[in-house]
Amino acid sequence: MNQTLILAVNSITLGGLLFLLSSGFSLIFGLMRIPNLTHGSLFMLGAYVGATLAGASPFFHISIPFWLAALAAAVAVAAFGGVVERFLLRKLAGAQLAQVLVTLGIAFMIADFCLMVWTGDPITVHTPERLTGVARFGALVFPIYRLVIIIIACIVAAVLWILLERTRLGAMIRAAVDDPQMARVVGIRVSQLFTIVFCLGAALAGFAGFIGAPILSVYPGLDFDMLPLALVVVILGGTGSLLGSFVGSFLISFVYNYGQAYFPELAYFVLFLPMVIMMLLRPQGLFGRVAP
Amino acid sequence: MSGKRIAFVVALAALAILPFWMPGTYYINITSQILFYAVFALAIDVLIGYGGLVSLGHAGVFGITCYTVAVTLGAGYGHVVAILFGIAVTLAGMAVYAVVALRATGVGFLMITLALGQILWGLAYRWISVTNGDNGISLASRPAPFGLSLGSATAFYYATLVVFLFSLFMATVFVHSPFGASLRGTRDQPARMNALGFNVFMVRFCACLFSGLLTAFAATLFVYYNQFISPQALALTASAEVVLMVISGGAGTLLGPIVGAALVVIMKNVASAYIVRWNFLLGAIFVAIVVFVPEGLVPGSVRLWRWATRRRSTPVANKAGAA
Repeated sequence: MNQTLILAVNSITLGGLLFLLSSGFSLIFGLMRIPNLTHGSLFMLGAYVGATLAGASPFFHISIPFWLAALAAAVAVAAFGGVVERFLLRKLAGAQLAQVLVTLGIAFMIADFCLMVWTGDPITVHTPERLTGVARFGALVFPIYRLVIIIIACIVAAVLWILLERTRLGAMIRAAVDDPQMARVVGIRVSQLFTIVFCLGAALAGFAGFIGAPILSVYPGLDFDMLPLALVVVILGGTGSLLGSFVGSFLISFVYNYGQAYFPELAYFVLFLPMVIMMLLRPQGLFGRVAP
Repeated sequence: MSGKRIAFVVALAALAILPFWMPGTYYINITSQILFYAVFALAIDVLIGYGGLVSLGHAGVFGITCYTVAVTLGAGYGHVVAILFGIAVTLAGMAVYAVVALRATGVGFLMITLALGQILWGLAYRWISVTNGDNGISLASRPAPFGLSLGSATAFYYATLVVFLFSLFMATVFVHSPFGASLRGTRDQPARMNALGFNVFMVRFCACLFSGLLTAFAATLFVYYNQFISPQALALTASAEVVLMVISGGAGTLLGPIVGAALVVIMKNVASAYIVRWNFLLGAIFVAIVVFVPEGLVPGSVRLWRWATRRRSTPVANKAGAA
């Protein structure tokens, strides 16, 4: 398999992880108008918590099955997100800038907390044994674990789509996005929706952090490596749009991986080009709507 | 007004003779740091406080100056060429930065600037053939304007003080000029400003360039102060620190960013002597200030002072004064 194809496989995998991360980010931004700058940190927190539970961290002697650890990481991060939303962001309702700065402050605290607990050494998480083989599709050789990640991302995308477009909860969320005051008037508890969406977004980020760990490993700085990627995806795809996050994630991961391989020194710069072009041609993003 | 003026003259006199009453080189260096960070904070305050545009990527712009100066010096040019070229490249970079980021306002602007800042950081980190990557670039010497070497802490302090006063003067003129008023107008009522015939984008764009100029001043001082530049200076933490200076001191005032710069630099130096976890403390202070004194320490204490004095004179006006 030549380099181009290996890169393609890696890009698709990273795209799946990015989608899990950025869809939550985009949802939170779409509903609450907060760019949650802790999102990269939630990703890293999920990775650390999951890795610890799965027995990969040398400091703790716990070991539970991989997927159970993934679930636990998602729940733990969701609970943390819920606390932040309820007790800090809620108090600052309406003051958007204050909310952004608070999320940034919390991001720094999480980064330093993780450094304190898990030290600066990267933690390697092993792929679950049953998923270590490869699958072949003609010329493409796909490690099974990477395939699983992509399948999970697609399932999550489908579930999120059904949730938003086909359920009562989704209808309420869409109503609250369009016109929170009016939604309140007709009896939708918008503040409760905020918490639900925030927890959901946090859970997705934490989950993605852990299932991405066998590929990306877990290290200090993972948070601010992922946050700009999520930002660029959302800027490119359009805020609040699920389809935008999906398409944007894969686009960005291809640009990122190929950029890194062919222009290693300018990888970040290459990443920035699609964003610049998008901002100049279509500031609302690929699938974003013009803000009312 | 006269009270303010007296306070300014006293502060100026204290700063002018500072090396004679400060107990040692260490403290003189800290004051230099406070002064150039104050210039940086003023640069960001122009955007945050007067333009309503929160830039979270300014450390990247700051880094453009630092690296341009360092690389130009490394190529064998003199200090004058390096500094002028540094400022020119920064302004050009800031123009691109502004054109991209100003496609959005409010939170959109913040997100784009954050991404741009991270990209500049990534460039400094990865573009090893130019920036020497994580190892950074060292500067051989400090400049010697008019034959006066800036090698000693005291000499560098005076150079910093001159640049600081010049920047403060520029910022004062800027915010009190009709252009400053139109910038505040675009912050509060962009649609009406547009209807009045102002080119909102152009006003913001020019404000960004002015901010870029002040940033370049601060960065030049920074790179000569440390005689070293590494990607660390461009990190998101660095951008956030300066935004914290502005927010903690009070955005939209000229004194606020200076007080904020002093606060953060002193805290950082004092705290790092006792604890390792400066970032944790930075985050916690950030959260505390935003939650408890959202308008910043300078306007916050002014409000408290007014409230306290009014309470003594006219108890009836209590509620109005507090609100």
